[in-house]
Amino acid sequence: MTASSASVRVAAGQGFWGDWLEAPYRQVKGGPVDYLMMDYLAEVTMSILQKQKARDPDLGYAKDFVPLMDRILPILVERRIKVTANAGGVNPRACAAAVAGAARERGLAGKLKIGVVTGDDLLDRLDGLLARGHELRNLDTGRPLRDVRDRVLSANAYLGAWPVVEALRRGADVVITGRVTDTGLTLAPLIHAWRWRADAWDLLAAGTVAGHIIECGAQASGGNCLVDWERIPDLANVGYPIVEARPDGTFDLVKHPGTGGRIDVAGVTEQLVYEMGDPEEYITPDCVADFTTIALKQVGKDRVRVSGVRGKPATDKLKVSVAYFYGYKAVGTLVYAWPDALEKARAADRILRQRLKDLGLAFEAIHTEFVGVDATHGRLALEDADGTQAPEVQLRIGVRAREEAPVERFTREIAPLILNGPPSVTGFAGGRPKPEEIVAYWPALIDKRMVEPCVELVEV
Amino acid sequence: MRRAGRGVKGRVRLLELAHARSGDKGDTANIGLIARRPEHYAILAKYVTAARVARHFKGMITGRVERFELPNLGALNFLLHGALDGGGTISLKTDTQGKVFSTALLRMEIEVRR
Repeated sequence: MTASSASVRVAAGQGFWGDWLEAPYRQVKGGPVDYLMMDYLAEVTMSILQKQKARDPDLGYAKDFVPLMDRILPILVERRIKVTANAGGVNPRACAAAVAGAARERGLAGKLKIGVVTGDDLLDRLDGLLARGHELRNLDTGRPLRDVRDRVLSANAYLGAWPVVEALRRGADVVITGRVTDTGLTLAPLIHAWRWRADAWDLLAAGTVAGHIIECGAQASGGNCLVDWERIPDLANVGYPIVEARPDGTFDLVKHPGTGGRIDVAGVTEQLVYEMGDPEEYITPDCVADFTTIALKQVGKDRVRVSGVRGKPATDKLKVSVAYFYGYKAVGTLVYAWPDALEKARAADRILRQRLKDLGLAFEAIHTEFVGVDATHGRLALEDADGTQAPEVQLRIGVRAREEAPVERFTREIAPLILNGPPSVTGFAGGRPKPEEIVAYWPALIDKRMVEPCVELVEV
Repeated sequence: MRRAGRGVKGRVRLLELAHARSGDKGDTANIGLIARRPEHYAILAKYVTAARVARHFKGMITGRVERFELPNLGALNFLLHGALDGGGTISLKTDTQGKVFSTALLRMEIEVRR
């Protein structure tokens, strides 16, 4: 299904868990693609999944991946499109079993192989690693992990592209992984298609840059794009980005014809700088990419060419993402209407803080914000020529503590303000906010040799 | 919205010269500041220093500001440490992931001399 034999097309289908469910279907249906790449995992997603798995050993993966795959499986098989997705979370085998079940019900038995990549999950190995002197110090604070060991909820090393490549080489049509890097899911098909070597640093860096550009889905094709945002056409029908890569490491960013959105140099540049650290040292398990070598060129409508990417050898470390229990938080809101909306909201904030203090509640943080436009006065607010006053203000106040009790008490201090605080107040129909558990994120590094990726194949 | 042409002089808001995108890594927000026209990059590089950005966000961040240059993309990358009230899940802010620090930087005004 390649557009031409000289290129391989990797389409972005999901940029995060919760992304547009229509996108993968449109990507495989709307024109030729060879691979569909779907990124599901954010920093703390793993801890949520670990909790689900603790309750039910058959869970712990992105559950909505299964109906999403069920819908596109016949097209994938018919058009021989392969999938790379880190939807497996902390239970890739269960995820693969669920997808295999869906495929069999579709009558696709014997027509599909599912590759499963594991080995990233370090939770059960943590004590052994710590005992052997791997301190897993926090990259930001320098503290050793033993300080929070008893509160750890999940711990995963970021695997790179190579285990995914191995699954593809062994004939997998769908590769389901745990914590594989976002970029690795795009790089792997390119390595596989062009037989790039493990020390071809410039090529691996080019594939990594390709992965970085499409890992957030439509953010590279007009979504959440600031430059000339008013003139980006038909976002309702936005086309997700596709990497059209050549063996020499150059690639074009495109989208299917007839879709909305826009692919231009300015928009791609916005995505390149997204979540960037030191641009000369974009470190992945596969290589170190130098973003200061990237050259972009508009070579057609909705077609940007990327070339010149240089890379350096990979480091001997893998990043580890640990999630640990931190404490509790709650956020409450009230809306104050014109006149003097902001002054009333400020007064309410002062009163509330005074009451929390008088109750002797200890918080690690109290944070106040003022939000708002036309929720309370509708058209009247928008038509009011008097621009000197805010038409309304939402008072949004949050607290955080290590213990639950003060946070719970705080949640009972919002509603009273409706009758015993400043006037013109509304917006409490949602009821009392609930204290939420906070899971914090602990980034660390580990020696690569301590992590052994595992690749298995499941025949449907 | 007003956009600056080739000849820029005097007081100008970054919004006229640049666009931006921001994101998070832990408690650090990053802002990529991108010149709207190639010739604006030199102005950004000269006036939008790490120290100037630190002053702009004074009281809003607890850590230092780092700046990196990407002349190939006409862009500067800023790292704002201690910008997210602890970061991602801990933060009590609406903008827990620093998504709109981008436009907060574009509010900055600089005085361009010739």
